[in-house]
Amino acid sequence: MARKLNLRIWRGNKESGALQNVIVEANEGEVVLDVIHRVQAEQLNDLAVRWNCKAGKCGSCSMEINGKPRLACMTQVSSFPEGEEITITPLRAFPVIKDLVTDVSFNYKKAMEIPSFQPPVGMKPGEPRMAQVDVERSQEFRKCIECFLCQDTCHVIRDHEENKSSFAGPRFFIRIAELDMHPLDILRNRKKKAQEEHGLGMCNITKCCTEVCPEHIRITDNAIIPMKERVVDEKYDPLRWLGSKIRKREGIL
Amino acid sequence: MTNEIERHKYDILVIGAGGAGLRAAVEAREAGLRVAIICKSLFGKAHTVMAEGGAAASMGNVNENDNWMVHFRDTMRGGKFLNHYRMAELHAKESPDRIWELEMWGALFDRTKEGKISQRNFGGHEYPRLAHVGDRTGLELIRTMQQRIVALQQIDKAETGNAESNIKVFAELTITEILKEGGKVSGAYGYWRENGKEVLFEAPAIVLATGGVGKTFKITSNSWEGTGDGHALALKAGANLVDMEFLQFHPTGMVWPPSVRGILVTESVRGEGGVLTNTNGERFMFKYIPDVFKDKYADNEAEADRWYVDQDNNRRPPELLPRDEVSRAINSEVKAGRGTEHGGVFLDVSKRLSAEVIKKRLPSMWHQFYELAGVDITKEAMEVGPTCHYVMGGVEVEPDTAAAVGVPGLYAAGECAGGMHGSNRLGGNSLTDLLVFGRRAGMAAAAYVKSAGTTQVSQSAVQAASLRIQAPFTRTGGENPYKLHQELQEITHNLVGIIRTKTELDDAIVKIAELRKRIANITVSGNREFNPGFHLSFDLDNMLLIAESTAKSAVLREESRGGHTRDDFPKMSTTWRQINNISSFDGTQVKVSQQPLPVLPKELFDLFDPHELEKYMTPEELAKGGSN
Repeated sequence: MARKLNLRIWRGNKESGALQNVIVEANEGEVVLDVIHRVQAEQLNDLAVRWNCKAGKCGSCSMEINGKPRLACMTQVSSFPEGEEITITPLRAFPVIKDLVTDVSFNYKKAMEIPSFQPPVGMKPGEPRMAQVDVERSQEFRKCIECFLCQDTCHVIRDHEENKSSFAGPRFFIRIAELDMHPLDILRNRKKKAQEEHGLGMCNITKCCTEVCPEHIRITDNAIIPMKERVVDEKYDPLRWLGSKIRKREGIL
Repeated sequence: MTNEIERHKYDILVIGAGGAGLRAAVEAREAGLRVAIICKSLFGKAHTVMAEGGAAASMGNVNENDNWMVHFRDTMRGGKFLNHYRMAELHAKESPDRIWELEMWGALFDRTKEGKISQRNFGGHEYPRLAHVGDRTGLELIRTMQQRIVALQQIDKAETGNAESNIKVFAELTITEILKEGGKVSGAYGYWRENGKEVLFEAPAIVLATGGVGKTFKITSNSWEGTGDGHALALKAGANLVDMEFLQFHPTGMVWPPSVRGILVTESVRGEGGVLTNTNGERFMFKYIPDVFKDKYADNEAEADRWYVDQDNNRRPPELLPRDEVSRAINSEVKAGRGTEHGGVFLDVSKRLSAEVIKKRLPSMWHQFYELAGVDITKEAMEVGPTCHYVMGGVEVEPDTAAAVGVPGLYAAGECAGGMHGSNRLGGNSLTDLLVFGRRAGMAAAAYVKSAGTTQVSQSAVQAASLRIQAPFTRTGGENPYKLHQELQEITHNLVGIIRTKTELDDAIVKIAELRKRIANITVSGNREFNPGFHLSFDLDNMLLIAESTAKSAVLREESRGGHTRDDFPKMSTTWRQINNISSFDGTQVKVSQQPLPVLPKELFDLFDPHELEKYMTPEELAKGGSN
């Protein structure tokens, strides 16, 4: 049951660009990425698009479809009403390289700024013992496929280039939360640093990031809000901070 | 032109940023060397993320009887005794350490009740052996390695002020050529995918870790990156490929709808009661039970159905035969005209289990197909067929060092290296393969660089490499790379696929040679800025070389074993078990020659029951009892 699709694809580079109308056939069961590939093979051989696994697991084909940040491999053509135009544009929060490909290096720079995992001194490979319930908290955040849709949608940086230097973004708040809740990590002050150095305070918990996450990670509820709450607690109660660290160390059975 | 080229000088160049490449880079950096990591896509997107089941390592956390010897035996059996014994031995011995090490770098595996790393059962493994994180173990592995690289860069930044002083990741860069001087590796040449600008790397050692070749085939679980780049770069640099006829086809890849074509339907769908039927509604697997399995598999529906509730008193359903048997059966049904219009058969789990139970036992399968394709497996059948999953063949290497035979300074690890898995890989063995041999490659390359010193790249080599990159733009009115890729995939799918015969393979070899002439005439539209057509023109050249090597190796091997099935030679041959097919490239075509497989040494030979070895070895081999 093939149908004709009217696409409007943004084409251009960092200097200039415009939406280009393309009519392409779509077969039953196809996703937007399939259709883009058909356009590429048959009409616009040099149309630039990133993709890898085409199975929703690598987070490469991030773009905006009718204005919403989405993975093209997980957006079914059938979800659009017959005859509706589909507008496909690059991620807005990042500079365009060409067509649907943006420069996402911002995220790799931020990754570099988050202090890495730090195991206890003297711990030997094979020694760690952890309970499943304790690893599951961090495991939720380690499901992240780094599609950066949460970064793209976050209004703190989406239209505010000036905030980028002081704001790590939701992807890296869950990275910090993951390490903070990691049963073996001993680095102190992760939450405090999130607040003071990575811009946690700029987030006003509108949950846009959670809504676009293809892995359904509860970014706001399970990472951002608990960190915000505890950073406030600890600010006023040093004993509470100490207690949390001791409990964390006891996690190493 | 050449004086405008961007130049970099490193001790070691790692091509490929999946599990093997990153592990090699970590090792080389820790040996005190400067490393460049090249990835074709963004950092952290490599195909390693797709691995679901787990990483096999005989830690003995779930069953303490497990040890490296049991794992070694399982790997050799899985590979039908065509594995390089030394690689299988090193892999079995070192895998536990490689997994424990990941934990020291922050990985969080699922746990046992005692708090140890949990291990799950998997096909071909005698004990529960796969360390796992739900069904996203590959993602955990790649992210842990990626974060380990970042951790090392942070240390470097603290010491030198520059995070990239010792390890730099070059993302979205394609290497088109390995450069050599005086027979040794001197560097590599390539271009930035973003803008097409050319880049020269001067480095005395290169580790290839480029993964698989799936994109050579029409239906594959591999991403666009699986174009056999490392295999082809090695061939062109004068290295050999070993046993390229062995490809693993997973029997149940989705063939329809197109949005999920090639994506795997995990074996557990059949394990939970999924039934295979043809378009006549016939549950056909009962017709395909080989004699050797007759006592273990039910020959009627009633008994097969009873097995799900009573496994002690009934034989298993034939849907659970080994992967190669199921693939062959599906293939035969489709060829006999009883397949769907998309070339598959039906796999249905909805009739046996309630929607609730399916969602609970197969959560990611349900979720994946519902979200990606709108297929609700609790209500309808899936359309499945064999999908190209993994290549066992690869660069011929020295087992201990991962050094490519014949090219000083060149190393290969992971899927692009051959030998480890023999004719068939066991699930779970690839993730630990990446770590064990990635580390060994990094270590050996570092030792080589320290003793061999630097090399010079000649101007003429650079000019030749540069001309090759420019060529697609200088021609007009030639061939469209996308169309040629489709034609290649049709040839491999139809003639070099899961069931092979001499006539079809001969036909494929002729057709591939014709395609090779045509790709010399590829034209690319647009400019060098992030131009997928331009990128494909280089990938295509690599894929053609792989297809040629596979077809030529396959026509020579007159037996059926693991990932190579010949309709005209349906049995395993004890003679062919002792032989590796070695591909080399003379600049115009691939040549395949035979070489003896290294013989199991006595101490490894003695790990097996002689009666088991009788199935694989000649009486003379058995009488010798190993090599010493």
